[in-house]
Amino acid sequence: MNLMDSTHSNPMSLCSQADSQRTLYPYVTGTSVIGVKYKDGILMAADMGGSYGSTLRYKSVERMKPIGKHSLLGASGEISDFQEILRYLDELILYDNMWDDGNSLGPKEVHSYLTRVMYNRRNKFNPLWNSLVLGGVKNGQKYLGTVSMIGVHFEDNHVATGFGNHLARPILRDEWHEDLSFEDGVKLLEKCMRVLLYRDRSAVNKLQIAKITEEGVTISQPYSLKTFWGFSAFQNPTVGAEGSW
Amino acid sequence: MSSIGTGYDLSVTTFSPDGRVFQIEYAAKAVDNSGTVIGIKCKDGIVLGVEKLIASKMMLPGSNRRIHSVHRHSGMAVAGLAADGRQIVARAKAEATNYQSVYGEAIPVKELAERVASYVHLCTLYWWLRPFGCGVILGGYDRDGPQLYMVEPSGVSYRYFGAAIGKGRQAAKTEIEKLKLSEMSCRQGVIEVAKIIYGVHDEAKDKAFELEMSWVCEESNRQHQKVPDDLLEEAKAAAKAALEEMDAD
Repeated sequence: MNLMDSTHSNPMSLCSQADSQRTLYPYVTGTSVIGVKYKDGILMAADMGGSYGSTLRYKSVERMKPIGKHSLLGASGEISDFQEILRYLDELILYDNMWDDGNSLGPKEVHSYLTRVMYNRRNKFNPLWNSLVLGGVKNGQKYLGTVSMIGVHFEDNHVATGFGNHLARPILRDEWHEDLSFEDGVKLLEKCMRVLLYRDRSAVNKLQIAKITEEGVTISQPYSLKTFWGFSAFQNPTVGAEGSW
Repeated sequence: MSSIGTGYDLSVTTFSPDGRVFQIEYAAKAVDNSGTVIGIKCKDGIVLGVEKLIASKMMLPGSNRRIHSVHRHSGMAVAGLAADGRQIVARAKAEATNYQSVYGEAIPVKELAERVASYVHLCTLYWWLRPFGCGVILGGYDRDGPQLYMVEPSGVSYRYFGAAIGKGRQAAKTEIEKLKLSEMSCRQGVIEVAKIIYGVHDEAKDKAFELEMSWVCEESNRQHQKVPDDLLEEAKAAAKAALEEMDAD
């Protein structure tokens, strides 16, 4: 099935036998995730769409999940790879809990683990096709980081994946500031998500906002943003070109 | 019933003329000489308790854990050679994670007990391995409710509603049989287990001990965890009070 163009058509040159075991191109994908640090912790937003190529096929995909007590993971890219990552992290957190030594993995550690996983898979030419946003709070320290499918990782006050890098981060660079209140943070994220909804063709109008603070994780119920299409240019679109529709 | 199996006890792959495998019986002795370990199945869960005999005053309280979580919903208390116990726990954890990754759900306690028992039994079949010198009490909460199993060094595993291994097991079993377990909640069970362990502890032979307890019940959200500190203190206080009452008689 030809989702991507022919740039991916010749993997034979890279590895002979185990081709059927390698990720070649993604099938069901999620679009941007945005994360910002705010006064009490981290706020993250992602829509609930799972696209099948250009079809907006699945509209209730939860792309943000809590990890352990202190972290929140959001992912864009191949949904099945995200589910695999969640399984790895589940086992990681389980073993961490079984030590029962008063310690637990914080967001920095989880981010480091994810970076290793993504980078090592990339080195085997079998990447997990995701861009991840990992945020959390532990012992009062806020942490927000990102890892890409090739293992590029860094932390920052605001991060985004995919189209969010191009459309959301310029807004965040201008309007983000230290110690945002919860309301301001949500307004800022909604502003970015609205731009993405207008301009990213894989965006769907059903999103969740997640927050993580020292107390824990809350992921909101899905809701939709109000959009405005009443521009005069849209009123009589064919007025300048008779015969078109 | 101690008998010398001269000649028939050198290898775990040798039967004696009366059909016993002495190496396994000797392994069981290692368990019998360790501190008492008890498990009870209450109405709403399992309580495990260990009489941790303290070898040296230098040891930090809370170290040398004898009760380990095997998965979120189950835990194991070990009696006997501690290092052998660690192997069994590691294997149980591996089995539990493997089941989870294949079947997508937490391993049923019965299945876990079977796998642990098979592994222990395995080490009684080959002359180049020695049997595990430890017994294990396994408690967990799955779809079929709370369950308690005990695995012996011979590899047999039975399901119990009350089990005890180690030094004070005879006295402990008598005490457990007196309890009305089907009507008891885990909260009450914790107090009873503490009383029993304090009761069977032999002040003369072994000096100090530390009480380690865990539970899996409705109150702990069906997760295996250490008994919360406040309840543990309450249990210890009740146990000490009960001892004093007995001494006063």
